[in-house]
Amino acid sequence: MIPAPFAYLRPDSLGAAVAALAADEDAKALAGGQSLVPLLRFRLAAPTTVVDLSGVDGLRGVADDGDALRIGALTTHHEVVRDPLVAEHCALLAMAARTVADPAVRHRGTLGGSLAHADPAADLPAAVLALGAEMEVEGPDGARTVPASAFFADYLTTALEPGEVLAAVRVPKLTGWGFHYEKFSRTAQAWAVVGVAAAVRREDGAVAEARVGLASMAPVPVRAGEAERACGGAAGAEDLRAAGALAREAGSPPSDLNGGADYRRHLAGVLAGRALARAAGMEAVQA
Amino acid sequence: MPDIRVTVDGVRYDDQVEARRLLVHHLRRLGKVGTPVGCDTSNCGACTVLMDGASVKSCTVLAVQADGSRISTVEGMAADGEWHPLQSAFHRRHALQCGYCTPGMLMAASDLLQDNPDPTEEEVREGLEGNLCRCTGYANIVAAVLDAAAEMRGAHTRTPVGGGTA
Ligand SMILES: Cc1cc2nc3c(=O)[nH]c(=O)nc-3n(C[C@H](O)[C@H](O)[C@H](O)COP(=O)(O)OP(=O)(O)OC[C@H]3O[C@@H](n4cnc5c(N)ncnc54)[C@H](O)[C@@H]3O)c2cc1C
Ligand code: FES
Ligand code: FES
Repeated sequence: MIPAPFAYLRPDSLGAAVAALAADEDAKALAGGQSLVPLLRFRLAAPTTVVDLSGVDGLRGVADDGDALRIGALTTHHEVVRDPLVAEHCALLAMAARTVADPAVRHRGTLGGSLAHADPAADLPAAVLALGAEMEVEGPDGARTVPASAFFADYLTTALEPGEVLAAVRVPKLTGWGFHYEKFSRTAQAWAVVGVAAAVRREDGAVAEARVGLASMAPVPVRAGEAERACGGAAGAEDLRAAGALAREAGSPPSDLNGGADYRRHLAGVLAGRALARAAGMEAVQA
Repeated sequence: MPDIRVTVDGVRYDDQVEARRLLVHHLRRLGKVGTPVGCDTSNCGACTVLMDGASVKSCTVLAVQADGSRISTVEGMAADGEWHPLQSAFHRRHALQCGYCTPGMLMAASDLLQDNPDPTEEEVREGLEGNLCRCTGYANIVAAVLDAAAEMRGAHTRTPVGGGTA
């Protein structure tokens, strides 16, 4: 299918991109196009102007920024998977990115595009939520920072206002933490029926702190707060599986062709326990 | 209409295109019809080409996004009248029936092997997870890619185009 016609702009600065988006209320930003091009083709989106961000300098790559990593919005999934700083300080992001789609989609799709698109079944939103990341947003009224916990507003909707561009994601360094991303999907390259992003900090052999982000359990990614709190002091996989089981109470899961709400609750409980135990190094990861 | 410059299989093309034109349609208009459209929903991988050396689904890239890039299609795989080892292995191992998925399979496989010259069977399956085949059941495709990988690590022999089986 062929998209409806649109004007195409490829500005070379962030200021020009913001101005172009602000000048047309039906304009859309284009990053990797792995969500937008399919929507254009189905004519589910018909923007009058498409503003390609690929010409803007400084939106791509991972930089060490003291107690956090600053990851440019146009950094691709493929680059996130291989980045040595990500591997050292927030490997959860790479674990989630590795499960996105297939190699060809990961070569084009970007971290910023995935977060701005805000599909409830997407993998990276759940990971940045668990990591406590912050979004650096640039707009007509200047720059602002939005925590991940306030960024995802509703189904396919974020806190981005018209004309605003997601410029970078600041991910706090959780050096020394253990991570695991557990995704359940029906076929290769499919979206998550439920996804669980787990981060665990251990002290003296027991769990001191844990974070759990869930994909596909609500219109937005959610934290499993009860499960997180129940992890404190856990000394083995059994404890973590019991704590993880509380994730079934989180969110307000949808019922769709991939599974009913009850099934998703069941999956969330089982997968959260497994993800926590693996993140803590208390259960072997099977290939 | 935007002007774009794309190098396809080593030949430079300067064109004016509608911004909405998909890369796969652009390639086919240039006569490079070796790259088919399969699903048109970004799922099947039949339209896979290499863009600056990395596999992409050309139905999910706008032609304007390819401005300035180097595209490799299945039509550029054979060199000097000889098949690429992947092409020979697909032939030898019966890795196709209708052949519709084959151009995309070959491009995805070549991306995989340049990244990982010695993949396990599991790694081949993962590398091709974005490419669907409705005919073969995949077993012969995986075998062909493993065969080609072994050959490419070793002697790098090529079979004459249209030439016989091994
Ligand atoms: C076959 C297939 C399977 C997939 N499977 C998965 C999966 O399993 N898990 C998963 O998480 N994802 C999956 N995806 C989606 C993929 O992760 C996309 O890469 C991602 O959703 C969008 O990133 P993009 O860079 O391509 O954004 P685009 O498609 O370019 O943009 C998406 C949206 O975000 C907006 N946008 C993009 N960048 C910015 C920015 N910097 N600032 C403001 N707005 C912006 C655009 O205007 C648009 O509305 C799949 C995609 C395909 C085609
Ligand atoms: S035609 Fe491009 S993925 Fe199927
Ligand atoms: S050979 Fe027919 S689809 Fe693969």
